[in-house]
Amino acid sequence: MTEIFGVPVSLLLGQLLLGLLNGTTYAMLSLGLAVIFGLMDEVNFAHGAFFMMGAMFAWMGGQYFHLSFWWMLLLAPLLVGLVGLLVERLMLRRLRGMDPIYGLLLTFGLALLIEGLFRTFFGVSGSPYNPPELLSGVLNLGFMYLPLYYVFAMVASVVVCFGTWLLIERTKLGSYLRAGTENPSLVQAFGINFPLLVMLTFAFGSALAGLAGVLSAPIVQVSPLMGSNLIIVVFAIVVIGGMGSVMGAIVSGLALGVIEALAKVVYAPISSTVVFILMAVVLTVRPAGLFGKEK
Amino acid sequence: MSWRSKAQLSTMWLILLLAVAAPWLGMYPVLGMRIMSFALFACAFNLMAGYTGLISFGHAALFGGAGYVTGLALTSWGWPTPAGIMFGVFVALVIGLAMGVLAVRRYGIYFSMVTLALAQIVYFYCLQADFTGGEDGLQGIPRGTLFGLSLQSDRVMYYVMLVVFVASWWFIRRIVRSPFGQILQAVRENEPRAISLGYRVNRYKLGMFLLSAGFAGLAGAMKAVIMGFETLTDVHWSTSGMVILLTLVGGLGTDLGPILGAVIITVLEEKMGAIGHFLEHITGVHWFASLNDNVSMINGAIFVLCVLLFRRGIVGTFNARWGGARAASG
Repeated sequence: MTEIFGVPVSLLLGQLLLGLLNGTTYAMLSLGLAVIFGLMDEVNFAHGAFFMMGAMFAWMGGQYFHLSFWWMLLLAPLLVGLVGLLVERLMLRRLRGMDPIYGLLLTFGLALLIEGLFRTFFGVSGSPYNPPELLSGVLNLGFMYLPLYYVFAMVASVVVCFGTWLLIERTKLGSYLRAGTENPSLVQAFGINFPLLVMLTFAFGSALAGLAGVLSAPIVQVSPLMGSNLIIVVFAIVVIGGMGSVMGAIVSGLALGVIEALAKVVYAPISSTVVFILMAVVLTVRPAGLFGKEK
Repeated sequence: MSWRSKAQLSTMWLILLLAVAAPWLGMYPVLGMRIMSFALFACAFNLMAGYTGLISFGHAALFGGAGYVTGLALTSWGWPTPAGIMFGVFVALVIGLAMGVLAVRRYGIYFSMVTLALAQIVYFYCLQADFTGGEDGLQGIPRGTLFGLSLQSDRVMYYVMLVVFVASWWFIRRIVRSPFGQILQAVRENEPRAISLGYRVNRYKLGMFLLSAGFAGLAGAMKAVIMGFETLTDVHWSTSGMVILLTLVGGLGTDLGPILGAVIITVLEEKMGAIGHFLEHITGVHWFASLNDNVSMINGAIFVLCVLLFRRGIVGTFNARWGGARAASG
């Protein structure tokens, strides 16, 4: 058996693996959005810009300070998390209690601003960012050569995603978070500093985007524009999974990466729109998303 | 007639007078026409956003989609100009119907995200389809004639656009003040109550979305005819963002706000190079010279400031301060 639907199996398997790799990026980004949305009812449009910042910081760290990939894997998400923290503390907090659409508009403006700032300093053409020495080899799978780094990025993302899920579902801190999602004022009445919780959650979600950015840096070209188109795909994924559902975000992120890859094999022109078409279908059948609850 | 409605009426006449005289006062007609097409686009967007509270992030698909098909009809099929424009509006209505049917099922930010995602389908279609010319865009759209009158001259085209704009603006104003528009404002204020009064809320929202789509299409079709080309920028999400910005700066849910916003932002974009050079000159910081290539960054900054400090926009703030009771709908 060397062909399925007239497509060579090796090609199909290769695309599936690459799709899974994309899927892990999607999963991490939509997870960050879901965590933030769950607690704040706020959609962060700057999430793509935070992703880009993670990758750009990693590249800048190597370029200007000769810091290794491993250092940047730690530092870049922390820096992005700090930016997220400031955004929440200085801007988003002023919009609490208002229509969440203002948060969306604010973060949309921020996304344009951040991207524009990076563009004025670094231009629009991408720069390559090499994977670390340790992971620069390739793995021969028989049907394709898989860079070792891809394996690392996939495993790392999956570990982070399920770690986050455990953190939210199985720890005390996570229980505060879930309680805050259900009823903020009651949580506050029990003596939990809710504004602090919101601030840290936003920073954590942003750091996840930054981490996804660093992990993607050696795979794609690092450029100021790398986040803006991605974020719209992630929005569609979040709508498909059901807003605010952590597991929904992870599962639909992974699944859509794979589906996109399959679409590339079957009928290439549709691969960039298949996510949006699926979203339209899901909306007609289950308006709250696959894993979401109708509020 | 109250002092305020008198003031408003005279402002409108003043704007109209200025618009009629503008080409004779040294304004470049193409800039004026660009402003008017964006202003019409913003008015169309405002019809949905300002009076139903649903912010569409996908209006570029309607604007640019209509621009492309009008361009196609005029260039490849050799249709007369009015027919081409009407075809553009028709296609915008079809896209709007598809988008609206799915989007009005969701509220608030969901509505925004769904419209954004659906507009991306149109964007990618335009990127890949043959007739759009992909990255190069659709070039050489002829202006043609209108009732035997050649539109080649910028001045003639300007006045045609002015008539289209004023008529559309008036019509949009009538929609807002009609029973239909009033019901939608009731839905915006208290949806459960509107439902319990027996209104089929989603149908009203869809109807408004269609009207908004039609005018957005008209704006896009006119722009394609005026400029003579159509590019991917017009279907890109950044254009959807821009129309939100225009409306927000001028004042969401006001009659004159979208016009004012379009004038300010378009002129600002036009003059950004000069402003950048001026700032570079007086501060000595070379970086300012790059502002011209980075209009979206400035737009982003205005967005942030507007949302944080100036949510009502210019006209909205004016109305709230001097307007009395009916501040929301000036």
